[in-house]
Formats: sequence, C-alpha cells, structure tokens
Amino acid sequence: MSLTLNSKIPSGPLEGKWQKHKASIKLVNPANKRKYSVIVVGTGLAGASAAASFGELGYRVKAFCFQDSPRRAHSIAAQGGINAAKNYQNDGDSVHRLFYDTIKGGDFRAREANVYRLAELSVNIIDQCVAQGVPFAREYGGLLANRSFGGAQVSRTFYAKGQTGQQLLLGAYGALNRQIAAGTVEMHSSTEMLDLIVADGRCRGIVTRNLRTGRVESHLADAVVLGTGGYSTVFYLSTNAKGCNVSAIWRAYRHGAGMANPCFTQIHPTSIPVSGEHQSKLTLMSESLRNDGRVWVPKKKGDTRAPGEIPEHERDYYLERRYPSFGNLSPRDIASRAAKERCDAGYGVGPMGLGVYLDFSDAIKRLGLSAIESRYGNLFDMYSNISGENPYEVPMRIYPAPHYTMGGLWVDYNLMTTVPGLFAIGEANFSDHGANRLGASALMQGLCDGYFVIPYTIGDYLAGEKPGASAADAAEAKAAEERAAKRLGSLLALKGKLPVDHYHRRLGRIMWDKCGMSRSKEGLQGAIQSISALREEFWQNASVTGGGSELNQELEKAGRVADFFEFAELMCLDALNRNESCGGHFREEYQTEDGEAKRNDAEYCYAAVWSGRASGGHELSKEPLQFENVHLTTRSYK
Amino acid sequence: MNLTLFVWRQEAASSAGSFVEYALDGVSEDSSFLEMLDMLNEKLVESGHQPVAFEHDCREGICGSCSMSINGRPHGPKRLTTACQLHMRMFKDGDVIYVEPFRAGAFPVVKDLVTNRSAFDRIQQAGGFVSVQTGAAPEANATPIEKDHADEAFDAAACIGCGACVAACPNGSAMLFTAAKVSHLALLPQGQPERSARVAKMVEQMDSEMFGGCTNHGECQEACPKGISIKYIAQMNRDFISAAVRKARSLRGAMRAQ
Amino acid sequence: MSLVRDFYGSTIGKKVVMALTGLVLVGFAVGHMAGNLKVFAGADATTGVYKIDHYGEFLREIGSEMLGRAGFLWIVRAILLTCVVLHAASGIQLARLNRKAKPAGYKVSSYRSANAASRTMLYGGLFLIAFIVFHILHLTTGTVHYRGFVEGAVYANLYAAFQSPAVAGFYLLSMALLALHLYHGTWSMFQTLGVDAPNWNGTLRAAAKVVALALFVGFSAVPVSIFGGLLKPPAVQSASN
Repeated sequence: MSLTLNSKIPSGPLEGKWQKHKASIKLVNPANKRKYSVIVVGTGLAGASAAASFGELGYRVKAFCFQDSPRRAHSIAAQGGINAAKNYQNDGDSVHRLFYDTIKGGDFRAREANVYRLAELSVNIIDQCVAQGVPFAREYGGLLANRSFGGAQVSRTFYAKGQTGQQLLLGAYGALNRQIAAGTVEMHSSTEMLDLIVADGRCRGIVTRNLRTGRVESHLADAVVLGTGGYSTVFYLSTNAKGCNVSAIWRAYRHGAGMANPCFTQIHPTSIPVSGEHQSKLTLMSESLRNDGRVWVPKKKGDTRAPGEIPEHERDYYLERRYPSFGNLSPRDIASRAAKERCDAGYGVGPMGLGVYLDFSDAIKRLGLSAIESRYGNLFDMYSNISGENPYEVPMRIYPAPHYTMGGLWVDYNLMTTVPGLFAIGEANFSDHGANRLGASALMQGLCDGYFVIPYTIGDYLAGEKPGASAADAAEAKAAEERAAKRLGSLLALKGKLPVDHYHRRLGRIMWDKCGMSRSKEGLQGAIQSISALREEFWQNASVTGGGSELNQELEKAGRVADFFEFAELMCLDALNRNESCGGHFREEYQTEDGEAKRNDAEYCYAAVWSGRASGGHELSKEPLQFENVHLTTRSYK
Repeated sequence: MNLTLFVWRQEAASSAGSFVEYALDGVSEDSSFLEMLDMLNEKLVESGHQPVAFEHDCREGICGSCSMSINGRPHGPKRLTTACQLHMRMFKDGDVIYVEPFRAGAFPVVKDLVTNRSAFDRIQQAGGFVSVQTGAAPEANATPIEKDHADEAFDAAACIGCGACVAACPNGSAMLFTAAKVSHLALLPQGQPERSARVAKMVEQMDSEMFGGCTNHGECQEACPKGISIKYIAQMNRDFISAAVRKARSLRGAMRAQ
Repeated sequence: MSLVRDFYGSTIGKKVVMALTGLVLVGFAVGHMAGNLKVFAGADATTGVYKIDHYGEFLREIGSEMLGRAGFLWIVRAILLTCVVLHAASGIQLARLNRKAKPAGYKVSSYRSANAASRTMLYGGLFLIAFIVFHILHLTTGTVHYRGFVEGAVYANLYAAFQSPAVAGFYLLSMALLALHLYHGTWSMFQTLGVDAPNWNGTLRAAAKVVALALFVGFSAVPVSIFGGLLKPPAVQSASN
C-alpha cells in the first residue's frame, strides 16, 4: 500500500509556525487527562522527558525500558554536549543561525519547519536542565560555559565535561522519578517491547516480555510513543550500546508505519580503531577533541615510523589542507570520509592501517598539560584504558565508526507516524537531521521532542479519541500476545550450531563493507543477496540455548538480530534508490572530481518513506522537501 | 593468553549457586574483560551449554550495567575502571580468575552474575530530584553558580549507579551512592528548597532496602569506578543531622504556637 | 517522641548517637589519662600526701556543697554509664544490621582501605566493656584487687596492683586495643558528624592517630613505670591518710 503523507506543517512564516500550531491544535481538558493512558517505550532523553512531562500533565503513563534501570538508556553515553542558540558568547548566534547550520549540516534533506522548531526550543532545554540541577560546565564568573563543535562557526555547545549525555539523562530520569513517586508513571524496567497492538487502524498498545521472568503480556493505552533510539548496531560494531536495536521501530514498520531514509546513517570520525576479532563494540572519542586535536597522517605511504619520529614537514594535516576554513572542525560525514580516503589510499596508521592520528602536542604546548587534562581528562583516561597507550605523549589513533542514524520512522509535524496513535521521538524518528547530524544536536532533539513538542502535540490526537480500551482492542491484544509468544517459540526452536552473535557479526560486516561509509550500486545489490542468504543460514543454523520463562540473553539477542536481518535489506534498498551522495550517504558513482559528495536536488530532494507490502516487499512513497527559507547550495566547508 | 576461570553459576534467585571452572585459551590481551566473557559464552553455546548471564550495555564505562566482582573486587583489580573497560592486559598468561556477582543483601542474585539493583531506583524515587515542572524553568543564567560548587556537584553527579560501592562495602551499605545523589543537589542552588526533605526521605528509603550502615571502612571510594569521595558521605551526614535539627525546631515552634 | 524514634531508627541516627557518646567517652579517656599522669608528680612536700591521692579526693569534693560528697562524681559516672550503654547498644544494633546486609562474602577477599582497626570495632568494643568492668572492680571498688586495697590510697593501690606481670600485661593489652578502637573511632566520629572537607581530611586522620597514640602512651606509662620500677614504692603513712 502506498502511504498518504500529510506532514501537517502549519502555513505561514517559518518563525511563527510553532506558536501558531500550538495555539490552534486541540487540547485535552485537564480533568479528562487522567482518563487517557499513554505508553512510552524507551527511557533515554526523549522517552524519559516525554514520560515525565506526560505525567506532569496528568496523563496515566506506563514507561518501559529493557535496561534494569531507566537511567541506563544509551543517551547516557553521549559525551560532547548539547547545542542551544543562547548566544551567551555574543558571537553572532541566533535561532536562525542554529536552524541554518542544522539544515546545511543535514545536507538539505530535513524539513525546514521541524528544524526551525528545534532551534527555537533549544534555549528552553538549557533552562529546563539547569533548573533540574544538571551541573553544566561554568566559567569562573559562575555563568554557563560553551565550546565549539563541528559544523558550526559559533560557540553554542553546553557541556558537562565529557559526560553531557549522562548529566542530561540523570536530569530527565529525576523528572521521571518524581512522576513515578507521584504515581502518574508506572515504570517497567527490564521489559522489552515485542510488538505493537494495532486495532481498527489505530495503535492501541504494546506486547512486552519481562526479561527477568520471561512473562509475556500486553498493555493497552490510548497512544504509544516510541523513544527507542537508532539502529547503528545493524553494523554490529558501532559506538552504540550492545542492547540498542531496531526491533521497536521495525515492529512498527511491520504494522504499517512508514520508515523514512533508513540509509541515512552517521559514521563518526573519532572512534578508537578496531584492535582485533574479539572486538564487541567501538568506543567513541568525543568530537570535542577536534577542538584542540589536529588530525594527520604521514605524507609517505605505508610509513611505519613511530609518530614522534615523523618530522613536521612529512605530516599531512589533511583536514586543514582540504577544508581550510573549518579544518579539524569539519562536519562528521566529511571528516569521516576524508579519513577513509587517506586510509584506502594507503596512508593509514596503526597495526591494521585503519587509523589516523589525532594529535594534541600543539595544544599541550599552547595551553599546558593541565588545561588539556581538565578539558578531556576522562576521555584520555578512557583511551589509555582501551588502547594501552598514553595520549598525552603519543597521538591518539582514531577511525570512523557507525554512531547515529538520521533515518527512522516517518513522522508528521506532531511527531505522529503513519499509524494513528503511534508517535516516534528522538533518534527513532527521521525528522530533524536530514542526511547528516551535527555534533551536539542529538541530545537537543531528544529533549526537545520529549519536553517541549510531544506533550503538546499528543493532545491534538487524544482530544479526538474516546479514552479507554474497547472489546476489539482487548481481542487484538490477545491475538498480538499469541503472535509474540509464537515468534519467541520459533526463536527458541533454533537449535543449530552457531551463536547468534556470530550471525550478527557477519551481517555487520556486510553492512559496513557495502552500506557503510561509501556505497555503490553493485555493492548494494550484492549486499541484498548476501543478507538474504545469511538470513536463511541464521534460521537454519543459529543456536538459542535456554528457555523462555527465565532471563535468557541469547533469546533477547536472537529476536533483535532476526529483525536486523529484515531491516538491513530495506536499508540497502533505500541506499540503492538514492542515486545521489548527500550527508552520510555517499554513493561512489555520484561524486565530484575532488571526491566530494554530489547531491541531486532535482530528483532526490525528498524523504524516502518506505512501507511494507502485504506480499513481503517494500514500497516507496515520497515526501517532497520544500525549502522556502534557505537556498539549496552545495555544502562547502572549504 | 590462557586463563583458568572460576565463574559463579546460579540458575535463579531461589537456587543455590557454585563456582564452575572453565579453561579459556587464546584470549587477546587487547580484549576487554567482557569480550573475554563473550568468547567464553560463544564457546559454551557452540558446545550446547548455557552461556554465563551478565549485565552489560554501553561497554564504555558510563551506563553502570556491568556488575561483577573479579577476584573479590567489584569491577576487578584496576582502579577507576568498570569491568567493561578493564582490559585483559591487566592479567598474565596462566592467571586464575574468580568471577562473582556483586555480593550484597540488597542486591539479590537473579542469575549467574546478574543481580537486582532496583533498590537504587527506589532511593532516587524517594527524592533524588528537583521538583521543577517542564516549562517552569527560569532563564538558565539568572542564577550564577560558583565554578567550584558546580564542579563539586558534577563530581558527585558522575555516579553511574553501578553498585560497586555496595558490593565492596563489608556492610553492604549504600551510603556512598545515596550520598553522591544527595550531595549533587545539595551543592547547587536549585537543590536548596527541598534539601532537608530530600536527605531525610532518601536515607529513610535507603534504610528500608536492607542496606547496611556505614562504618567508614572507605572500601566504597576505593571501588568506585568514578572516584567518588567519601567526603560526600560526611556531607550527607551533616545534611541529615541538620535536617533533623530543623525538623525538631519547627515542631517546637508549632507546639509553642498552639 | 517520634522525632527521636525516627532519628535513632535510621542508620545515620544510630551512628550519630555512637559518635556523640564516643566523643564523651574519648573526652573522658583523655581527662582520665591526664589525671593518671599525676602519679608521676610524687607526694606533697609538706603533707607527704601523694598528688594523685589528693587529686582523687579533689574529684570527690567537687560541688560537694550542693551535691554532697562524691555527688558530682556520681553524676559523671551516670553520664558515662549512659554513654557506654548507648554506644554499645547502637553499635551492636548496627553490627547486626550490617551482617544481615552482607550475607555472603567473596571467594577471594582483598581489602584496599579497611584495616585491622575498622574491622575489629565490634569485638574491640566488647572487649573494652569487659575491661571497664574489670577495671572498676579492680581499682575503683577494689573488689578484685588482691593486694590490700585501701580506698583513696590511689598511689599505693596502683603500685600494688601493677606488681603483678599478669595485671600489668592485661592493662597494656587493653590499652593497645583501646588505641586501635579509637584510631578508627575518632576518625569515624568526624565522618559521621560531617566534619569532613578535602583539605582537612589529612589533619583529621592525623588527629585520630595522635589521640589514639597519646592515650596509649599516657595510660601505659603508669603500669609500665610501676612494673619497670621507675616509680618508688609508696611511703607507709600515705596509705592511712
């Protein structure tokens, strides 16, 4: 079925859209709010802030997370910071500039109205978090400190050492706890969503499995909000947590929710390189390091000298060379591709030749060791723990790694998917980052959606719905429970030879090689075939030990990997469809002579929205992107 | 490198557990402790055995999921390091390693190395927040905060809620965790209005969760992967005492007024 | 009353009680030790009464106009007894709680900062109670003093008591355990009462060490000096004073 995509973007000037929308959408009477129940899946920045805000408004909320505590959601690992157009530095920042930077950073593949709203609300986020007691970095005068981040020429990033995500999440977790204590939010930790309940074309609840006891049950509600994050772990090796998965949004897709731009994935330029086959995940070194670190490789191919022995004139500071105006602070997609280009050309460093240097010796000389230590101490410690090297003395070795996924469930201006009553917030939706996300914008979007957008927009939907579950809902819940149990049964029946991780690793390898930092038609076509063959093998030869009514981590992994197999195919299909290079999506066929991405605005200035066909295939619908306030230009950071 | 592991295996909370010996060959020095356990688990699955259940998620030392004691020490031998960030180069070829769950009465074992640490959430729910409604916040720079105070609050807030402090404490006490949470907000102007009520409620919840009392051994701060100091325990004690004094005073005032 | 019950009901409340009573007891110990040192002051040149005997008499006479002879002393004794009872009761309650909170230990256990002092607080404390009972029966009431105890003749009683190597040895051992108890106890008291600041901690730890060491040296000086023959035997007349 082809999708009807009504983005519900309010008319009128960009600056007034959100205010106008807020003033015109329907409201739920305060006394009636407690009659409505809302389910929130995921307790990262988006989910926790949304659940807390719903609770404050008076809705009856059930929140779910697969972690043993809502505080452990992967937002906690975000290091660098959060953007806001406060212009505290008096360096010319404004809502419009943040909006423009984000649109441009996303290579003109995001919706203007959503991005403008994000920039507009960014200032409220900082106020909210400070009021919650988030200990942001401060200047000696006691006011908030800022730093600069990639893709921007102003200093607008607020931070708490290298643990900004942690501190923001603890703030949202505090707000959530307050509502749990007040009885408005019922928290279900260690509980994974297995499926959605969709009745009469509306989303009415979810089916869950308690990961500690194995109990499968259904929860009905008047609306369901997915804040379940991104799908970078489709690559197996990524900077995401091991538990991150696509299952929630993939289940939504299977129920008819449109999936937008799944091929828009972000490869972060500064991760610690892979050290061997045992590797289970990649560790990010915050982009903020590029404020003071200089990226270089030897000028000589295959130079195996220790970095200290390579004299200055034999070093190629390739980012500064290629992009003189942004230099080491070029956007992520550009910096990543430049690193890959150097390594593919044989200039890479480290045991596997897949690495470039990030060198702090100049900064240490200029600012002193203690200044560097106070800015990045925890990151340096982390690096030396993992690599066994001392980054104060030897330059860090870094390499790009999958980090964030801009694609996700298609949502309208109200953040509702194409399934009425089903909403997606944070990384789980596609709305704000286009084809590439700027640093320090993910935290901004998660909190913006959760605190300041969905609490309003959900009312617009609920006001038109009668609260409470019908008999049809209950019947569908029962059926959905049975389907979920059946699927668990088929996973538990896998009694082959090889562990689930083995297949996940191989799937990741295919995706990284063929649908990673650079993609080609042949590669993608081949990948689709290999994925399908590997999926067959998985269902034949994977092994899931243990039973269903206990803590069974192999079973959890198997369910997630099975969904990844299906999703990976769609990702390749989307990459294959998009015959252009933009942002994080780089098609080898579409590049300029000097190797930069070549966009095709005439044919691809749209969001590619996929929907599952009953026959099993995927169908493409398009949401054209209209730019009324910015001119589409070739992104240049030179 | 080759290792001999003694891993605590326990099927469920109600069953008795015991150490099971595993010999593991060809472990890379560059792998993390959890990657070494991944390797063991893949071997177990391949031979049709149940893998060792252990909690983990971010694997970069910040989510606080990993919770195992290695040779009697929560998170293992390296200071300021979670188990996921502990690398095998810390061990020698031929080492014998004991891997156990976090041991504490308030953290019952769920399975193998997995324990139930939900008591921490309940302590937080008792008052570990500032009661500020979404949208009701004043301009962020309206209240300057002395940098030292903000930094000190950050140091307390760096707690990842892993529970190593409880697991290391000979009394199974949660004082360091609770103190870090209490102090984080007590050190900031935003935390002042609820300061007294917060410490009283959080300590009450802590006490009701079967945690032991603090006898100032100081093991918690040694085990804390984030280096949180027991100075915050002193800070919480001070706050607790002054909250009690304040309450007594206000009661006396109320009695006089009658 | 619920306020007191709530306060004491919490683990921190119990510890505050331990800290405050501990503070009183440490204060008493320091005073007692300082008083003991009068044993080295010899006898008054004109009356021939030992300074320490005189000191004992002085203690009995404080406030006697209002409270009667030894009335003040009895008040002090009552306070001290209350402190000991509260200190021990809260300590034992906490120890039972702590044991329940740590039902199982580790296969290999290795402590990093817990030490002999911090880990023996309960047993050390119980031993000290036994010592105090013995000490009162021994040198206050003379009940178990088997070498001719004479009330008020402090010097002579001490001298006689510490001729026995067993008695002197037992006192030395007790003082060593007292020092160990106070080494951790004093530091712990500071922590519990919230006297802690990073710049201070070194000083506080040092203070705890100094108090413990001073008490050990001061208290031990008496049995050691007597047993070691540094102090002269008492003159006969002082005993009958």
